[in-house]
Amino acid sequence: MPKQIYLDYAATTPIDPEVLRAMMPYLKKEFGNPSSLHRFGQITRVAIDDARRQVVKFLNCQEYEIVFTGSATEANNLAIFGVARTLKKKGIRPHIITTKIEHHAVLHPFKELEKEGVEVSFLAPNKEGIIEVKEIQNAIKENTVFVSVMYANNEIGTIQPIQKIGELLAQLNKNRKQKIYFHTDAVQAVNYLNCNVKELGVDLLTLSAHKIYGPKGVGALFVKKGTPIEPIIYGGGHEFGLRSGTENVAGIVGLGKAIELVEKHKNDIERIKLLRDKIIDGILKIPNTKLNGSREKRLPNNVNVSIAGVEGESLVIALDQYGIAVSTGSACSSKDLKPSHVLLAIGLSPKEAHGSLRITLGRFSTEEEIDYFLKVLPKVVKRLREISPF
Amino acid sequence: MNKRKFTLYSKKVLEHFEHPRNYGKMKNPDGIGKVGNIVCGDVMYLYIKVGKKKNDKEYIKDIKFQTYGCLAAIASSSVLTELVKGKTLEEAIKIDRTQIVKKLGGLPPIKMHCSVLASDALLEAIYDYLTKNKKPIPKILKERHKQIEKERKEIEKRYKQWIKLEEELNNEGKK
Repeated sequence: MPKQIYLDYAATTPIDPEVLRAMMPYLKKEFGNPSSLHRFGQITRVAIDDARRQVVKFLNCQEYEIVFTGSATEANNLAIFGVARTLKKKGIRPHIITTKIEHHAVLHPFKELEKEGVEVSFLAPNKEGIIEVKEIQNAIKENTVFVSVMYANNEIGTIQPIQKIGELLAQLNKNRKQKIYFHTDAVQAVNYLNCNVKELGVDLLTLSAHKIYGPKGVGALFVKKGTPIEPIIYGGGHEFGLRSGTENVAGIVGLGKAIELVEKHKNDIERIKLLRDKIIDGILKIPNTKLNGSREKRLPNNVNVSIAGVEGESLVIALDQYGIAVSTGSACSSKDLKPSHVLLAIGLSPKEAHGSLRITLGRFSTEEEIDYFLKVLPKVVKRLREISPF
Repeated sequence: MNKRKFTLYSKKVLEHFEHPRNYGKMKNPDGIGKVGNIVCGDVMYLYIKVGKKKNDKEYIKDIKFQTYGCLAAIASSSVLTELVKGKTLEEAIKIDRTQIVKKLGGLPPIKMHCSVLASDALLEAIYDYLTKNKKPIPKILKERHKQIEKERKEIEKRYKQWIKLEEELNNEGKK
């Protein structure tokens, strides 16, 4: 087996050793239920409170504005169904604005809401993969109550103008009877972008632990005080009544530690960006390749390219044979065989979308790994193109 | 630990994917089978040259493939060419996906359709040869050809609807 080179950090990240160390006591000795009144419970309750404060510090919000969930998907569902259903009960026929390039964890809840009679506009990005602020402005109607735009795209890494949208909505809200609430899925952004919720002007923000070197199975939703929201899971009333179910103590502790470490690693971003640019320049030297999504307004760790004449899935497996782990927007194995909705939304043909490759870097990526990748890729592409009819 | 479970694909699949047999374009083929659809991310071209055996029976003298698709599609194409090279047309028609999958040491369930693509390409190539040369076409081949055509049209129809939907969504977004 060759050396393993992991270049798929947008899919998930390894747990940082410091995060694991913080979690361990709660997987071993400290097993108490945080709701218990005795000392066993007190210990884990304090652990959750500490973790919440770590998240609060990072987002610049209040403790009661953080809800821990079982995943970012769940946090998105809570934000979308929780707010839309509450407003609907108030007798409003809500209109919602979102984008065509959202993660499925946002797109599919909105498709469900449509079935419940909610009107949803799915905005298209420009060719660079950016949602323009004026598109949002043009889409707003009298009964618009909710806008959801992801902070950074998980496939093409494009960064959306969240702060500008926040400013626009704040301006409009001054003269509106019904406030427009603003949600952003910041799962891919946390490692690299400013997530100060006051500066962004968001009412709801989703994040995930396992994209920031924390454990899987835990996410969080920021819900600004005063936001109308109801739970999607009912029970013992944990997490301020918004997410019942005994807390995943070790997971929550891991999320807290992971988010604290993001600050510590901020000075690593420039190094990652340089590696990213090296990859982009290296791949574009191969004939008939193109970069997908804006080069400038892009996460420092994301590369997404289309390579003509090669199907993405076979490219991923061929690279895997060399120990290199990357990802594709092709979907030969998915039920409907459709390639990535994001790549199609920025105007790629199905052929270009099937030939897409996503390389995402992270904390443990090295220049040596990138050099190896750039040595292997042209060989693999050449071989697959020899087999291909076009 | 169960080593077989270590990877999703059999050794044989990976071996054919890394070192495919009989790939590339053929000059002046006697029959071509083109199947699959770029929208679904799978396209296969199969080329055959037909010769005559001493007993006058026609056989596949040479065979080549070109495949755009996932590793299961490429491995299926490669193993198919090995399976049918030298076989009489009569024998070749009888080869179906179960033999391809068996020779590959199995495929994950989600990849089974890739082996169908390979056997379809072969049937289409033989059908093409027989039609071009105005030779009688066995009933089973005729039926299968009809079925493949039907499926092709269905995919195109689905594709058209999907493109229409995309356009609608695009326009909606521009509003």
